[in-house]
Order: sequence, then C-alpha cells, then structure tokens
Amino acid sequence: MQATDIANPDYFHKVVDCQWACPAHTPVPEYIRLIAAGRYTDAYMINWRSNVFPGVLGRTCDRPCEPACRRGRVEKAPVAICRLKRVAADKKDDVRAYLPKPAKQHNGKRVALIGAGPASLTVARDLLPLGYQVTIYEQDPKAGGMIRSQIPRFRLPESVIDEEVGYILGLEPELRLGRRVDSLKAVLAEGYDAVFVGCGAPRGRDLEISGRKEAAANIHIGIDWLSSVSFGHVGKIGKRVIVLGGGNTAMDCCRTSRRLGGSDVKVVVRSGFEEMKASPWEKEDAMHEDIPILNYMVPKAFLHKNGRLTGMSFEKVRAEYDTKGRRNLVPTGEPDVTIECDDVLVAVGQENAFPWIERDIGIEFDKWNMPKVDAATMQSTLPKVLFGGDAAFGPKNIIWAVAHGHEAAVSIDRMCAGLNPSQRPAPAVTVMSQKMGIHEWSYDNDVSNDARYKVPLRPKAEALGDIKLEVELGFDARLGFAEAARCLNCDVQTVFSASACIECDACVDICPMDCITFAANGEEKDLRARLTAPALNPTQDIYLQTGLKTGRVMAKDEDVCLHCGLCAERCPTGAWDMQKYLLHTTQAGHACRSSR
Amino acid sequence: MTYLNKPVLHHPKLKANALGLTHRDYEGKVSTLCAGCGHDSISAAIIQACWNLSLEPHRIAKLSGIGCSSKTPDYFLGPAHGFNSVHGRMPSVLTGANLANRELIYLGVSGDGDSASIGLGQFAHSLRRGVNMLYIVENNGVYGLTKGQFSATADRGSASKRGVSNSDSPIDMVSLALQLGATFIARSFSGDKTQLVPLIEAAILHKGAAFIDCISPCIAFNNHPGSTKSFDYVRAHNEAVNTLDVMIGRETITADYAPGTTREIVQHDGSTLRLHKLADDYDPTDRTAAADYLQRRHAKGEVVTGLLYLDPAPRDLHAGLDTVETPLNRLGDAELIPGAKAIERINAALR
Repeated sequence: MQATDIANPDYFHKVVDCQWACPAHTPVPEYIRLIAAGRYTDAYMINWRSNVFPGVLGRTCDRPCEPACRRGRVEKAPVAICRLKRVAADKKDDVRAYLPKPAKQHNGKRVALIGAGPASLTVARDLLPLGYQVTIYEQDPKAGGMIRSQIPRFRLPESVIDEEVGYILGLEPELRLGRRVDSLKAVLAEGYDAVFVGCGAPRGRDLEISGRKEAAANIHIGIDWLSSVSFGHVGKIGKRVIVLGGGNTAMDCCRTSRRLGGSDVKVVVRSGFEEMKASPWEKEDAMHEDIPILNYMVPKAFLHKNGRLTGMSFEKVRAEYDTKGRRNLVPTGEPDVTIECDDVLVAVGQENAFPWIERDIGIEFDKWNMPKVDAATMQSTLPKVLFGGDAAFGPKNIIWAVAHGHEAAVSIDRMCAGLNPSQRPAPAVTVMSQKMGIHEWSYDNDVSNDARYKVPLRPKAEALGDIKLEVELGFDARLGFAEAARCLNCDVQTVFSASACIECDACVDICPMDCITFAANGEEKDLRARLTAPALNPTQDIYLQTGLKTGRVMAKDEDVCLHCGLCAERCPTGAWDMQKYLLHTTQAGHACRSSR
Repeated sequence: MTYLNKPVLHHPKLKANALGLTHRDYEGKVSTLCAGCGHDSISAAIIQACWNLSLEPHRIAKLSGIGCSSKTPDYFLGPAHGFNSVHGRMPSVLTGANLANRELIYLGVSGDGDSASIGLGQFAHSLRRGVNMLYIVENNGVYGLTKGQFSATADRGSASKRGVSNSDSPIDMVSLALQLGATFIARSFSGDKTQLVPLIEAAILHKGAAFIDCISPCIAFNNHPGSTKSFDYVRAHNEAVNTLDVMIGRETITADYAPGTTREIVQHDGSTLRLHKLADDYDPTDRTAAADYLQRRHAKGEVVTGLLYLDPAPRDLHAGLDTVETPLNRLGDAELIPGAKAIERINAALR
C-alpha cells in the first residue's frame, strides 16, 4: 500500500463523515463544539455560510449527515446533528451585524432566478453581495418556495421562514412575485447574463384508477393540498382520511389531516413499511399521532356513491425477489380490502414539468423530459442557463438544493469573469494542532458515554389542536450541551509523523478501538485483514505511513476512531498529534476566480 | 500518562474468547506511567496472553513490590486479586499465597531494582524452591522513580542520560535463574509483542517456576544513544534464538514451516510449545549449554531473546512439601481438627 497523501484535501474531509455526507459540506463538528461552548451565534454563522437556512434545516433537513455519523458505528445512535443545528438557530443573538450588506455598487451583471425556493435563494445570497443585479421570479405571493408552501407549520413556524428568507431579501434582489413564468425565451430576451432555474418539482403525480373522475371532489393531490393549507385556502378535511404514498409528503399530509378534522387518518403504502421513502423519524412522528401505516396494499379503485367518495379498495400483495434481487409485488390471493373514507390525499410522488421551456432555444432534454444538467457546474446545454434543486435532477431535498445553489453561483461568477466554469475551485482548508499542554487539548477529548437524547415534544392533545403550533420544542441549553458532548470531534485528526516514532507501541496499547497497527506493508486487502482489529468497512480509509526505523508501516483504520487523542497523549515523542481540519467549500467571490 | 480514563466504547467487531470476554475485559485502570513506557506494553501483552488463554481474571493473583514495574498490576486484569508488597518482598508474599491456595494463577511482577537489588535474595529463593508462578521482571536498567540512577542490571560501560559511564558489573537475571533452577526461562523485549505474548502464555501454563526477563526501555531516563536498554540498541542487537507457538488441547496445527527448523515440546499440562528455531546451535533443554551460549553472546554485546530454557517436567514446591491439594480457605473442621485419637497417637509416638 502507498503511504496516505494527507495533503489531498479529500483525505481528511472523508474522515469527517458528517461533513463529507452533507451536500453543502457544513463543518458539523466545528459548530457542534461552538454549541457546547454556548457560542450559539458563532455556531449559527458557520451553518449560515454553508447551508443558508440553519433554522429551517434544523427542523426539516433530510439529515444525510446522521446515517454517516461515526458515533452510529461505535454505539447505537448517531449524534442528533440536525436538532443541534436548531439549538444554534433558536439560541443565537441578533446575527444581522454579521450578515453581508447589500452591494454598494453593481458589477454590471444581471442574473435571473426562476422560483424563490432554497436553490434560487442560495444563488441570490452568494451573488448579491458581489454586486450582481438579481431578479427573482416566483409564482407564489411570498418567497420561500417549497419551504413555505409544502412544509406544514407545525414542523416549521412561519417566523423561522420569514427570518431566514428575509436575510436574503435584505440583500435587495428585485422580486417579481405572484406571477408564473410561462416562457423561458421571454426571460432570456431580457438580456440576462445568466438564468438559474430553481423552480422545484412542482407537479404531484396522480393515480388514474377506477372512480378517480367520479369521486374527484374528495381526492386531492398531496403537494397541492399542502400548499393550499399553507396559504390558508383550505382549512378542514373529512373525519376519515386515507393518505396514499410512503414518502415525506405523505407523512406531512397525514399529520396535517389530523389537525384539520381528520380523526381517523390512515396511511396506505404499496410496498413494505421498511422500504418506505419517508425518513424513519417522520414515520415515527406520524405513528406518534395515532396514524396507522398499512403496507403491502395496492390501490385498486376509488369507491363512490351518488358522485361522492365513500372509500377505497386495495389488493393485498407481498414482495418477491427475482434472481437479480429486483422486487416484484405479487397478489397474495386474499380478498381485497375496503377502507371507508371521506377524503383521499394522493402523495405518490412528484414530477418535474417544464412546459414553459421552449425546446428550440438550445436546452437539450433527456428521454425522461429532464434537462441535461452538468452535475458539477449545474449548467444546461445552453451554458448561461443553469438548473438547481429539484428542477435539476428530480426531487431531492432542501440541503441538496442549497448545495446546487452554491455550485451554480460559482459557475455564474466564473462565467461572468470570463473563466471556464468547468474548472472548480479547491476548498479552503486549515489544519492546526490542538495541543495546549502535556495532556491538554483545545477540544473535549473525554468521550461522553451518553445515549442519544430525544427532542422534547409538545403534549399530543395540545399539538393536534392547532396546526400552527410547533410539535417539537427543541433541545434546551442543557440537553443541547449534553447532546453536543456526544460528538466525537472527527475533524480533529490523528496526524502521524513516522520520523518521530520510536515504535514503542504505546498508541497501539492505549487505543480503545484497536485502530492502530504496526506491521509489515502489503496490498491493502491483505493489510486490512492483518490489522489489530480487521478493517472490514471498505468505505473507510486506512491511514498508512511509511518511513519507520524497523521498515514496518503504521496503519490506522479510520473507521471507528473516537478521536479521543489518547494515542497522542501516550506518545512519548509527539509522533502523533491531534490537528483540527477545517474545510470550507469555496463559494462565489474572488476565491472562486483564483484558479484559471 | 493521561488524565482521562480509556473510553468504554470499543471496536464493534471485537472478538470474544471461550469465556465470552473481549480483551477489553482484561484491562485495568489507565496507566500513570510516563507516555511510551515499555512497562505499558508488557501490561498489554499480559492482557493479550490472558485473553488468548481464556483465563478467568478473578482466578489470577498479581503480586508486586515497589517501583515503576510494581505499579503496573493496577493497569491490567482489574478483576484479579492484587497484592502490592514491601520493596523486594514480593517473592515471599507470592510463595506464601501459593502455599495457601494453589488453585490460583500467580503472576509476580517486578523490576530490576525490586528483584536484582533489594529483593535479590527473595528472587533467588522463590526460583530455587520451584514456586509455581510466572515471575516477570520488567528490566529497564535504571531507577526510573528516583530519576534514572543505574540499577544492578545496567551493563558496565553503558552511559546514563547525563553521559556518566557505569563502572559496576551487571547482574544477568537469566543466568541467575538458570543457575537457581527455574524450569522455564525466557528473555524478551517490550517492543516485540509477537515474541512476548506466546512466551507469557507458555510461562503461565508452565507448572513450575517460570521466569521472564523482559527488557523494557525507560523512555524518560534510559532511551538514549549510550544506553544498552534503549529501543534502538535492543532492536539492533536482539538475537532471538527461537519463536514460539502455544497450542492447547487439540487445536489444529496449521502453521507450515520448513522441515527441521521446528521442535515441539509437550508440557506437563498437555499444552504443546512449538519452537521455531532461529539459531541452529541453540538447544533450550540443555541448561549448561544455555548458560554458556548466553555468556558468550552477552560478551559480544548481543541481547539473546526467546525461550532460553525449558524443563518440560518441572517440580513444584507443593510436591516437595507434600501439601494438601485443597486451598486452605476451603478446609473445614473435619480436615483441620484431627481429633482426640489422632492426638493420642501423635503423643504416643513422641513418648
């Protein structure tokens, strides 16, 4: 095996599993330490720089960081990263002094953003302080996109949306609200230097089965219905409600129904409970509100009488897997199940729709009628038109939209500077020793043994009584501190210097996770099997250093390292050091233009 | 040292031994010795050996005297019995404990000061009596706790950290042990656990006086260029005469070595020691040849390591004294009170 090149910024970035997994690469351990220190405003600003909507995401993020969290590999549950983000947002002071100010003068470049959702707002935030003149087109009367229209208020209070969207609107983009764009050609005709399409995936899939037309009055498309509720056009629903679909929209639909008069709400999914697309915690929240989730039931017909919906019939199925591991749903042969209901909410998926983009303006579409988008630059085949968020690659989530927004802003900034947007800027990285004294580090290396803390909830009866009442109360300062202490500080890296090592084995002996081995070198596969504890997780790297006196190599399995620093504390020669690795992605601005 | 306790979290795929215990279950408190101390590696080797052998930690008694080495029993086998005795008196306490209860496994942990200076007499007598134990000397050649004066095992001509040369002759504990009649004698190096762990296992299984002289560099005071007990010196002059596999019961023998270079010795308890010969002219069952070999090599400045002498059929102190099998704490009135008739008989015999 070759010695590890730690000068490659990706190497230690990958060790910070949460940050690597975060599409926006938020420096998670860095802000968690600030929360533990009670520096909520600083923690918030770290987040704000990376993910733009910490208060929103701290309540609604899909949390790709948490399944990646190292803590989940060394004990039962990962750190509650998402809800810690909310602690920073809830407890911060007034941050306005730290935010960028509107540009004093324009740079002469004009950018149009279609849709005022998280992707577009991110582009706006990154470009406005640089002097770009930004125009935002939005069909709804207020900016925010799906954050405002589709996420129910009991999960995300409007005040949080207003605050964080407001920070961006404070940078003074030109807003064209309440008007749908129906021709991209017309927008382009206004002579913008770049156009960013961040219009989301605005069309909910329908379910064309028997009775759909006849009972149409009581069958609603999930995302449209949620949007109507959000904007106050819909205020109640029948007592008995069936929600079709197993994604997060379905979970929002059923929980919203419970608050608008639905006392008997059921979720029905075609597949198995485990395969549902909804996040585990969203399923948990729904079941906590007495909503049963019935699985392996395929909708067969909407039942109706005198033009009015009376119920639905379902075919019972089971999953069978073919030789290629593909799943087929096969009827069990049991009689169909009929469930009576007053209303049905259809939340079986979302689609992108671009009827407003002319097909003759140079933007190519693929066979699924999706624009061809470069995953790095976010550009379409018409270079000055960029896509991001759900509009780019189909429905994902807010944090992906934000990440797309940052990348698109970099592309636009480079393009407008006459630079090639395909050349992406390197991240800004600092690596610094955390040693303060013989056994003293500038981080808390005494690993907490606490199990993951639960976020306190409002009592159920109270929560169900008011659709605007936030269910989760959030961690208070004490719980936030205790949960923050669970973070393993994976960004404080174990850095090894072979020339200082005397091979005394002290690090091998003290390591609580048996991560470190001194052995003869070999091929990676062979070496992985020979380590003190075999390295069985191929997604995690082996940190290898050569140049030891005995000719052996130091091999450290990064997989379950607690970053407790005991190797460095026990090292008599300082061959091990704990160094904080802080990575910020490069955003639009002069730094992104430095590589040519 | 570190101020922190070792985190309780451990590798999720940690193997369990026959008792269902992981090696973490054999640990003790976190060490207070200097960072990098060779003694900590020996503690880790003892932990590894006891785990490998699936010994019940609470059936082990660890005894020590005074010194850096004698502090270490606190850092391994937390659930075991422990006795920190007076300086140099560990062998007597161990002998007494062993006489009282022969069912425990006895681990005497000492250093070069504790055993080669103040306790030399005690050391000698415990070996010549054949007490069933593992006596391990963590040998660093200096008095670490009192800031690094030469100990009795420091080689003549070796230098102190301040550059002063040692003018006294060294005591070679292995040669002493050979002469005193120990039945298992080995030397090893704290920086080579591959060699040390099987030696500890074999010594624990040995039913007699087993002695291991383990060179253990003192990072703070004796790991410098003039030292003969430094990592660099020992690595450069280490002459291992053999390496060892320990096989218990009917464990399949899979290792594949060139013919003629291995030798299997069956110990009294049924365990098999498989020796891989590294030095052609070395016979570990010949006591006088071993003594001769060691002296010649030592004169050349080499450090001979490995299993140096083994008597596969050792004699135990209990056999010589014809003591009762049962530990004294389990003897009841029936066994302890001979009764009036027996007393009469004894009295009659003395008249």
